[in-house]
Amino acid sequence: MPYDPKEPLKDRITDIGPRHYGEFLPPVIKNNKGKWLYHEIPQPGVLVHVAESGEKIFSVRVGGCRLMSVEHLKEICDIADKYCDGYLRFTTRNNIEFLVQDESKLKPLIDDLKSRKFEGGSNKFPIGGTGAGVTNIVHTQGWAHCHTPAIDASGVVKAVMDGIYDQFGSMKLPAPVRVSLACCLNMCGAVHCSDIAILGIHRKPPMVDSEWIDKLCELPLAIAACPTGAIKPAKTADGKKSLEVNAERCMFCGNCYTMCAAMPLADEVGSGIAILVGGKLSNRMTKPKFSKVVIPFIPNEPPRWPTTVAAVKNILDVYSKDARKYERLGDWAERIGWERFFEKTNIPFTHHLIDDYRFAYTTWRQSTQFKF
Amino acid sequence: MGKRNTPMLDELEKGPWPSFVSDIKQQAEKGKHILKEAPADLLGVMELSYVDKVTHWKHGGIVGVFGYGGGIIGRYCDQPQAFPGVAHFHTVRVNQPSSKFYTTKFLRSLCELWEKHGSGLTNMHGSTGDIVFLGTTTDHLEPLFFEMTHELNQDLGGSGSNLRTPECCLGQSRCEFACYDTQEACDNLTHEYQDELHRPAFPYKFKFKFDGCPNGCVASIARSDMSFIGTWRDDIRIDQAAVKAYVGGEFAPNAGAYSGRDWGKFDIQKEVIDRCPTNCMSWDGSKLEINNRECVRCMHCLNVMPRALRKGLDTGASILFGAKAPILEGAQMSTLTVPFIKMESPFDEAKELVEKVWDWWMEEGKNRERLGELIQRKSFQEFLRVCELDPDPRMVDEPRSNPYIFWKEEEVEGGWTRDIDAFRAKHQR
Repeated sequence: MPYDPKEPLKDRITDIGPRHYGEFLPPVIKNNKGKWLYHEIPQPGVLVHVAESGEKIFSVRVGGCRLMSVEHLKEICDIADKYCDGYLRFTTRNNIEFLVQDESKLKPLIDDLKSRKFEGGSNKFPIGGTGAGVTNIVHTQGWAHCHTPAIDASGVVKAVMDGIYDQFGSMKLPAPVRVSLACCLNMCGAVHCSDIAILGIHRKPPMVDSEWIDKLCELPLAIAACPTGAIKPAKTADGKKSLEVNAERCMFCGNCYTMCAAMPLADEVGSGIAILVGGKLSNRMTKPKFSKVVIPFIPNEPPRWPTTVAAVKNILDVYSKDARKYERLGDWAERIGWERFFEKTNIPFTHHLIDDYRFAYTTWRQSTQFKF
Repeated sequence: MGKRNTPMLDELEKGPWPSFVSDIKQQAEKGKHILKEAPADLLGVMELSYVDKVTHWKHGGIVGVFGYGGGIIGRYCDQPQAFPGVAHFHTVRVNQPSSKFYTTKFLRSLCELWEKHGSGLTNMHGSTGDIVFLGTTTDHLEPLFFEMTHELNQDLGGSGSNLRTPECCLGQSRCEFACYDTQEACDNLTHEYQDELHRPAFPYKFKFKFDGCPNGCVASIARSDMSFIGTWRDDIRIDQAAVKAYVGGEFAPNAGAYSGRDWGKFDIQKEVIDRCPTNCMSWDGSKLEINNRECVRCMHCLNVMPRALRKGLDTGASILFGAKAPILEGAQMSTLTVPFIKMESPFDEAKELVEKVWDWWMEEGKNRERLGELIQRKSFQEFLRVCELDPDPRMVDEPRSNPYIFWKEEEVEGGWTRDIDAFRAKHQR
């Protein structure tokens, strides 16, 4: 029975949740769930998992754009039908994994994936993203779909991934490197624990659209939204209720704009990119840690974002040459010391890199142990 | 060729990494999506942003389906006359199946549904894990939801101040390290809390994430208000013959994850024994020993020698609370609160804890205050009382260094009421 606009609530079904994952598992995976013995990476982007039963499943991992079309998805389905009995999955980092139960189909699949290109010339299905390399950059919406971004997302990711493409299809780094992008401080992308984080930031206080603010916003909510108490009530010359921003207190977080559309702060030259490094999530050897700001600002440089690409490449290159096996980027920086990190990467250390927000003291040096 | 002139975006068709611009163009030209102009106009408005260096999307208005407060996010273009195809361009969050496994049959049915009701553009997947349908108009929302539920047996995800769509790693489905069934836990809790997922009643967002082991592939420790991280409390299982095979070079260490560079012959002393964060391992040339009582389960040795070392058999999860990105009070990692819990369906013990925490947060939390911020504001001690948990040294990196302890009256003999006259009888003014 089709949807009837005259009776929208008739036969309504709600709160059924997602489909059960069990419907989508390839038989080999279903049969061996919880009984996997070990895995190997025979070549970059290809995984084989071996179960106690001796059965195997091969996974071919390819990079994907997070923003993908139905036409592209249908092509992915065609490939999975041909080589994978119709099974595939997506990873947390927006890669696509083709799941191969029949080993004889592995090489034909890989050859097929390598042969497919977009009309513009880029690869549709680059194979990689495993082990000690760079995997797909997780990112947010940017100028494609978001109302608060300081930068684009998909475009920066495309440019950076082009720049470090070789590291996606190989496993030559000292340890895995996770690059992430969030297009504003709201961080839907939660990039704050990444080896390299590309973060959109604003540098100008919000404007106040006094003509409209009292009609569009709950003024007390906007005032309460400010973490530094920089916003207070005001009146315009003609007596309209409005708000006033103490610019010296503003740290450009954009939270007021999130609460109140009449306080826009994005700006052509004010907004841009900060680079953070050294975060990790894994508990392996060292504890999870936050990323730290090492480049406070890079201007928006569409369409190819050359300064950002060069900055990521530089950090990756120096790390790759200098770090020890298994050493994540943050562990390397801590071992050599941050003074050496800035020296070796040739990144200028400026006053913007010294914390002056809450808990800042915990990041200052209370010791005479430092390096000349 | 796109319908729009997009010279800057066209630059992003160059280079080896897949180009989203090329993909959107192919959808614009060949796609069967109903909102015909949407992909080309999306490129058009993005090109304008590339020129202006500022976004052209407005704040979302209130849109959704009847009875739900979450799952759909309103989105409007601030240049609707120039780009009518994306004047209204709402997002639909679709609750992904655990671990994002698909059959092509189901994936194709999602594609068909989205061709019928939207732009033909998606995010696979959004940052929180949902399948994201990118761009439709308000009149398509009810029919889309009706067909999704009736024909695909599939529901929307979460948005707004509610439970966000829970997410898990692939867990036992394809990983030897998984210490519990993350897929089942994620699916079960998602179904249990449909009301909280779809009807905003919280101070702000709340996220569950399920990691099968301390490697943390779904980033629960950094991204979820309640992180379930798999662990074990007995001994690592050792296959001594396999250890020797790694030492002898028969097995590739790290499953081959470091094979792109010549790091020299595998050296178990240097690469495993000396790297153990608690120095609880030893190798005498023929036998590997682990003092399991001192092991903190960092996963390094298991990652290096997956064929020789296996997690213990007494498995479950640690529960940590309060992670969030920087907005507003600064970024927080989840704090270890329950060192170990058995994670077996129907997960009653975990659900009891969830409900205690939610009751407290809904009562005490301020508007837009994440759980982690509330715990900081009210103290971890208060949080433990809410959870009815005893304090444990595992919950802290170190005990406090300041002695400003907030003693409670009932903790001090005789309470706080004293007699100033009795005091004065002994002490002159």
